[in-house]
This record gives sequence, C-alpha cells and structure tokens, in this order.
Amino acid sequence: MIGQAIADGLLTGGILALGAIGYSLSSQILKFANFAHAEFLTVGAYLALALVTLMGAAEPIGALSFGLPLIVATILAGIGTGLVAIAVDRLVFSRLRSRRAAALTLVFASFGVALMLRNLVLLLWGPDAHYYGQELQIAIEVLPDVRLLPDHVFVLALTLILVVSLHLFLQSSRVGVAMRAMADSPALSQACGIDTASVIRWTWLLAGMLAACAGVFTGLTVQIRPELGFNMLLAVLTAAVLGGSGSLFGAVVGGLIVGLAESLSVLVIPASYKPAVPFLLLLLVLYVRPQGLFAKSTRA
Amino acid sequence: MIGLLSYLVFFTSVALILAVVVLGLNLQWGATGLFNAGIVGFYAIGAYAFAILTAPPRPELIGNFGLPWLAGLAGAMVASALAALVIGLATLKLRDDYLAIATFGIASTIQLLALNADPLTGGAMGIASIPNPARGLTGSPIINNLCYLALVLAIVALVYAGLQRLVESPWGRVLKAIREDEIAAQTLGKNISLFRLQAFVLGSMLMGLGGALYVGFVGFISPSDFMPILTFQIWTMLIIGGSGNNKGAILGAIVVWALWTLIGAATSLLVPAQYQAYGGALQSLVIGLILVLTLLLRPRGLIGERSTTSRHAA
Repeated sequence: MIGQAIADGLLTGGILALGAIGYSLSSQILKFANFAHAEFLTVGAYLALALVTLMGAAEPIGALSFGLPLIVATILAGIGTGLVAIAVDRLVFSRLRSRRAAALTLVFASFGVALMLRNLVLLLWGPDAHYYGQELQIAIEVLPDVRLLPDHVFVLALTLILVVSLHLFLQSSRVGVAMRAMADSPALSQACGIDTASVIRWTWLLAGMLAACAGVFTGLTVQIRPELGFNMLLAVLTAAVLGGSGSLFGAVVGGLIVGLAESLSVLVIPASYKPAVPFLLLLLVLYVRPQGLFAKSTRA
Repeated sequence: MIGLLSYLVFFTSVALILAVVVLGLNLQWGATGLFNAGIVGFYAIGAYAFAILTAPPRPELIGNFGLPWLAGLAGAMVASALAALVIGLATLKLRDDYLAIATFGIASTIQLLALNADPLTGGAMGIASIPNPARGLTGSPIINNLCYLALVLAIVALVYAGLQRLVESPWGRVLKAIREDEIAAQTLGKNISLFRLQAFVLGSMLMGLGGALYVGFVGFISPSDFMPILTFQIWTMLIIGGSGNNKGAILGAIVVWALWTLIGAATSLLVPAQYQAYGGALQSLVIGLILVLTLLLRPRGLIGERSTTSRHAA
C-alpha cells in the first residue's frame, strides 16, 4: 500500500515539479506571482492533443500507449506554449511593466489572463475529457507490490532528464547565467549589458515549455480537461513556495513533497479531501519556514 | 409587468448583496493594497455559518440551530473573521504575493469542505429552508422581496457610511500610508502588520456578511453557489467601479452584475440548450477581458480614488 502510494506520489510530484520550476523561473525573473502559469499546462496539453489528432494514428512504441506522434507533438506544443506565454507578456504584462505598475497589478492581470485562457480552451475543445489515445496498458510490477503503467515509467524518466538538462542549461549556458543574474538583480544585470528583453523572452519560453510538458504528462496519466491546469494551480504554487526562491533543486523537492503528501494522505484521510493537502502544507510552511526549505538568503 | 418588476427586485437585491462584498474588498485592496485571491472562500464561510446557525434542525445534520436572523449574521461575520485571522497571521508579514496564494488556497479548500463535509454542509445537496426575515411578512412574494431589498439597502448604506468614516479617520490614513509607502509608515512608528491584519479581517467579515445575506435571500445553500468565478466577478466590480472609492465599489457591483446577467440572458437565448456550458465560458471570458482591458486602459476605473493632498501642503 505505502509503496504504491510513494510511487504514485513521485509521479505526481515530478509533474508538479515541472510546473513549479517554470513558475519559479518566471516569478523570480519578472518579480510577480503569475497565476496564469497553471493555464500554460492546459494550453500545452491541448496543443499536443490538436497536433496528435492532426498527425493521425500511429503504432505505439513498445509497451507505451502512444506512438512517435505524441513525442513530436509534445516538443511542438512546448514551443507553442512558450510562444503563447511570450505573446501574453507582450500584450499584457510588458505593457504594465513599462507603466511601472505595482507587482500586485501584474498578479491581478494574470488572473484575468488565466480566466481568458481557460475559457478559450473550453470554447475551442468543449468541456468534456479527452485522451491522447485509447490503447490499454498492462501495469508492470517494478518492485514487490508496486505497479506502474509503462507510460508512468516513461513520464518519470523524462521528467528526470528534463530537470537535469535544465540544470545544466541554467548553470553553463550564456542565457542561463543571464537569467540567474536577472533573478538576483535586474538593475545590475542591465548595467552589465545583459539584454533584459531577450532574457525575459527566454524565461517565458522555458516556463511555457516546462508547463506544456507537465500538461501533456498530466493528460497522459489522468485525462485532458479544460480545468487540468487550474486544478493543479494550488499544488504548483505550494511546491514553489516550499522550495523557496533561488534554486531549481528547491522547486523539484517542493514538487515531490507536495506529490508525496497528496498521495500518502489518502492512507489517513478520505480521498475526496486530497486536494486540500497542498493548502495545509502551504499554511504549515508559511507559519514555520516562510523563506522556503532551500532559500538562498533569509530575505522573505 | 409583474414578472419584470419581480425580476428587477431580484436583480437589485443580488447586486446590492455583492456590493457589500465589493466594499469589503475595497477596504483590503483599495485602501490597504492587500491582494485577496479567495474572496469566494470568505463569502462561502459566511454563507455556510449563517445557514448552519439559522436553518431549522434536521436530524442528519450537525448544527441547524434555528437561531434568529441577526445571530446568524453575527455568526457569519465571526466565522469569516476567524478564517481571515488564520490566513492573515500566516502571510501578512511576508511577501505580498503569499497572501494571494494563501487566500486562493483557502477558497479551494472551503469549496472542498462544502462539497464533502456532508454532516455539516449537507454536501452536494446543500441546506434548505434557511430563514428570511421578510418571507412571511405579507401574502405577496413581491412585497416580501421588496422588504428584503429594503433591508439589504439599509445594510449597504450602513456599511458604506461606516467605511467612509473609517477610511477618513486616522486609522484609514495609516492604511493608505502603508499602501503608498510601507517603509515611511514604519518609520512613523506604525505597526504595519497589525494595521494590515485589521483591514484584512474587517474586509473578510464584510465578505462573510455578503454570503449570509445571499443565502438568507435565496433560502437555500449548495456548493454550486460558490464557484471560483465569484472572486473574479468581485474583483472586476471593484476595478471597473474604481478601487479606493466606496461609491465606485457599489457602482461597479451594479454595472458588472448587470453586464454578467445580460450576457447570460443573451447566450441562453441564442445558444442551444446542449451548449450551455459554452455560454458560461463566454461569460467568464468577457469578465477576464474586461479585467485586463481596464487594467491596461483605464486603471482608475469609472470613478476612481479621489487624490488627496494635505491641507497644509502649499
């Protein structure tokens, strides 16, 4: 029982971590809490759905439920969602920034953007659940009494690869270093000749791509619905707050903690209360360690 | 004619009840700059507290004490104040956006409780026959509803007058000082978190009062009355009306509620029944669009805040 719950928690946690990394990146570099971030998960999942439908049926790869088209679709949907995020920034956030609006005004605008994206998806694809494919899968026993679908194993592995490559990107690429510099001090980075507009574009692109991956993975392991992202918003935000600002590692651990707490909670409380777990964790962190588990500095 | 009149009474009552909630938000955001992303949560807490306190007893439910109307209102405000206290103490000393995240969280959690804590909230079935002091007054439902409207109107006037006095008092000036320049207010020896907490709790109490007035009006409560969209509606009302201005808050409530109702009526007329979910999406889309456009094009809203200068300034 516990083994299975841990495996499920790691799976959800990994997906949440992808969402939380993207959210933390954009909130640290742009200095506001983007409540529309969760909708990027939804947009990504639906873009991939549209592309998969367009590419038609294909042979599944090995024991997985999907074929090559979904992989291609995920990559394209990632870029597409990144472009959507850049477009939203152009149309809304950058205008508010150039007016020197308060950070909370941007938070506020992000609520409006979230509402629009969510309902646009609903209008385009309808309120019903969609799936990437109808293939049935047989669970494999990875450990005694722990069963995972081949898709789940795939998602876990890919999440790990994504996190590691993102870490390398942020540590060693020019853009990555510029992004970290801007997270520390926008004014100083500008003075050093960093092209802040380009860093902002990169940030949205990365945040959108990670969100799209998280969205597709959720669609693959649960189902695709217009509320997909919105229902994960609180968990993603909690994971980011838990992780604290400043480290990729923090967001990953935050995601895993929230995912594990959610799935282990089912052993003690009725499953219908599971969505309340992130909120309780959030309150706990805010009361006990508001700077997050892995804050770089003690500044709250 | 009677149909139209009774609809108008219904519409105005709901708009004015929402105005109480918008006034609460105006104290939090307009006067103090606090971001409440879970208005619907505090509204629901007030509504459920009122229902549990005043509804007639039923064996399968906890509560339903059948208490008088005023006791219900007081209980609703106390309950939402307690919730606000828990959230406020956790977040008001921290970064601004943590309050937004935590309030968003409490709203989702309350919705979950409303749906699942059956013995307390009646679950998806809700609680029925919640008393309304105007219901049995006369034989005519319209006149009864008019009486309730008058009652709501009186409450709105009372809340408005109280808030006007508060924001113009030294206390209100401190709130504004915190909003404009936190550090300056701090150097003047003001306890920032305490003032913030007071404004946040008081505003949330008004949201709870709004919830209580609403379920008292419709006589029935169920989780479907407390969808996240309400938070957006209230925000849009304040922004459209003009945040920082209590008259603007009331005006915004009426204008946006009229707009929402009209779009709803138009889509239900034009859109076939099987596509009703799309009508709701269209309504929400418009609310989101109005919100963003107002922020971009007319951040002051319809009326906006009066700019104040000191009498002593040259």
